Amino acid sequence: MKALAAALAVCASLLSVSIVLAQSPNSGKPPADAAPKYDPAIYVELQKAPEKARNRPNPLQNDPDAVAAGAILFEQHCAECHGKSAEGSRKAPSLRASEVQSVTPGTLFWLVTNGVVRKKMPVWSKLPEPQRWQLVRYIKSLGSAHSAESPTTKP
Amino acid sequence: MDSLCRLVLICFFFVCALSVFPVHAQENPYFVAYDHYLEEPGNLEIEYFSTVGTQRGGNNFHAFWAEFEYGATAWWTTELYLDGQSTFNDSIIFTGFRWENRFRVLKREHFINPVFYVEYENKNGADKILKEGEGHDVESDFLVSNAEARKEHIHEIELKLILSSTFKGWNFTENTLAAKNLSNSPWEFGYALGASRPLALKAAAKRCTFCRQNFIGGVEMYGGLGDRHSFGLHDTAHYLAPVLGWNLPSGWTLRISPGLGLNDNSHQVLMRWGVSREITGFGSMVSRLFGGRK
Repeated sequence: MKALAAALAVCASLLSVSIVLAQSPNSGKPPADAAPKYDPAIYVELQKAPEKARNRPNPLQNDPDAVAAGAILFEQHCAECHGKSAEGSRKAPSLRASEVQSVTPGTLFWLVTNGVVRKKMPVWSKLPEPQRWQLVRYIKSLGSAHSAESPTTKP
Repeated sequence: MDSLCRLVLICFFFVCALSVFPVHAQENPYFVAYDHYLEEPGNLEIEYFSTVGTQRGGNNFHAFWAEFEYGATAWWTTELYLDGQSTFNDSIIFTGFRWENRFRVLKREHFINPVFYVEYENKNGADKILKEGEGHDVESDFLVSNAEARKEHIHEIELKLILSSTFKGWNFTENTLAAKNLSNSPWEFGYALGASRPLALKAAAKRCTFCRQNFIGGVEMYGGLGDRHSFGLHDTAHYLAPVLGWNLPSGWTLRISPGLGLNDNSHQVLMRWGVSREITGFGSMVSRLFGGRK
């Protein structure tokens, strides 16, 4: 019983250290109730997509179910960080911003596939290709109209 | 009986508590092999696994373990295991804990994606979870009674190189293992191979429990490769196991795998199953508890 208690204590301590380490780089951010603001530089990763990837067409461009399926996938995998309506949060930028909406579907697909590992965006290649294209269809369907008026997307 | 009721109650409250957290799940079906996908940053996955093994010349056993897997960053996942086992007609014992870390080496997706794995194990000789095949571990090692086996204390460092690819919906992974008991034992080696694929690649346009995309099927094979003094397949155990994972929309993931021993050194059957639940934003929740940002 003592061994179990000791193991539990060690587990709790190690997990706490991991969590604190993972959170600490952001501790100097503004108060929680302030609107999130994004430096346009945060979108610079989109510009790194190779030309071949940028030019890939979305094979599900004409699939009538792709947007609805993409919306469900977005809610399951993306909304936690990018916000329920993709408006962005403290964890991740808005996907309604013109920087995102103006790029090709292939560029978005490339970013979803590769993530931005050093900036906490995971690799999403564990979703099969058709699901990533469904996500891209959904993100592109959001348009950038909201972002022009939304204070949350301005730097 | 009282302790059993207490355990059932604890499990019930545990399940209820987990149900209130936001979740998502897209988990691989493997029990032994690892692919290159790490836990999403800030998420905590809580998992329970069981293995029922047959034992020739002795008592069958039920080994079980809990995992707490946390995504520290997009390139680092840290995980804690608590292991136990029950040998029929013998006893139920806690067998130790493990602390595992996986590091993604490359920042982008490639045809082959390497992940470096390092684990510290603090366990006793009665450990039977068979989470990996290593060295010359064979079925007859498990004939020792729990009372005797638990007297042996093992402090072990385990390293793995995980090479994983995803191609046309299939995941192929190869894990090479090197383990060192810190009490002056030779390096031991092992391997695990895995292949899996969702039953459907496109997602349905509605939420559904039994849609094919929620099921991931595959197979894994694992075993020992001897040690530094006698590297190779002789006196080693090997297993082949079909695997099936079911990612429920409610956020739970169920896994099942009937493993078969491939030679006389292996247990004939290792029946495994597991249940897991991912809590998204766990890191932020903890941070808020201590007055951090929302």
